[in-house]
Amino acid sequence: MKRVFNKRVLQFLAIAGIAAYLASCSFYEAEWPAVKEEKDRKKAPDFALKDANGDLAKLSDYRGKVVLLNFWATWCGPCEIEIPWFIEFQRQYKDRDFAVLGVSLDEDGWKSVLPFVAREKLNYRVMVTNEEVDQMYGGVDSLPTTFIIDREGRVASSHVGLAGKNTYRQEILTLLGSAKPGSPNNEKSPPVSFNRPPGILRADLFRPSR
Amino acid sequence: MPLSLQEGYHVNSNKPSDAFLIPLELTWSKGVLEPAGVVYPKPRMEKYQFSPDKPLSVFSGSFELVAKFSVPSTALPGPAAMSGKLRYQACNNTMCLTPKNMDVAIQLDIVK
Repeated sequence: MKRVFNKRVLQFLAIAGIAAYLASCSFYEAEWPAVKEEKDRKKAPDFALKDANGDLAKLSDYRGKVVLLNFWATWCGPCEIEIPWFIEFQRQYKDRDFAVLGVSLDEDGWKSVLPFVAREKLNYRVMVTNEEVDQMYGGVDSLPTTFIIDREGRVASSHVGLAGKNTYRQEILTLLGSAKPGSPNNEKSPPVSFNRPPGILRADLFRPSR
Repeated sequence: MPLSLQEGYHVNSNKPSDAFLIPLELTWSKGVLEPAGVVYPKPRMEKYQFSPDKPLSVFSGSFELVAKFSVPSTALPGPAAMSGKLRYQACNNTMCLTPKNMDVAIQLDIVK
């Protein structure tokens, strides 16, 4: 009787533990964190944009560091979910050769971006994009669009749309050398292709009404 | 002007919930007629995964805009055309598309 009771208690605890874990998983953690194998990584196009201080920021200046390159805008709700995560990553890993770079697509540029940066206390470098940089990265149509770049300046992973915080963290740690690589290529992340025709997602969302 | 948005997407209404959101806006180029306002439908207040606490003022699915014009006294009777732009910014549950300007045009007859 006692042995059966203990077994049932253990079963209950196991089920409760699994349920608690599943409940703690956020909606956005559906992806399996993974970075591309080195042989599959393409070089991230270099660019030079001015940051909020007016200083020129070049991606190539960050060679040797792991970079999270995030395209965003002040009007993008999903971007606002991710930005606090990036602030945390910048704080946690900046001394481990890691940097977040934010590139805004706000059409009115610093007029919108500067107040946002001050209000949200962004602790990483922020720039305003131009058409040339957009096209270098395949024509950024959807936000957020985020690239994780390895120490050799190659794109190790990319995410279009809201991704999971733990997904980003695991990818960063993998590239920093602190975590084992995850499963083979995450099929939910689109392959990086800088030859993607501009406007691939610009199909008119409005259909003729019938 | 009937509009039908692809399933899963919404656009901010003409009066979004926050000042930094990009509103739906119909504007007209200079033409024979004088624009006299646009009637937008009543928006829906919706919560999304990325805005769980604050409902957003949006349009989705099928809806209609009504453009009003006044006819100048100098306008001649007959067919007339007006062209303009519909500016919108759409999102789904996990991503937002960059703002777009869609060309619009209407044809009508001026009768006196």
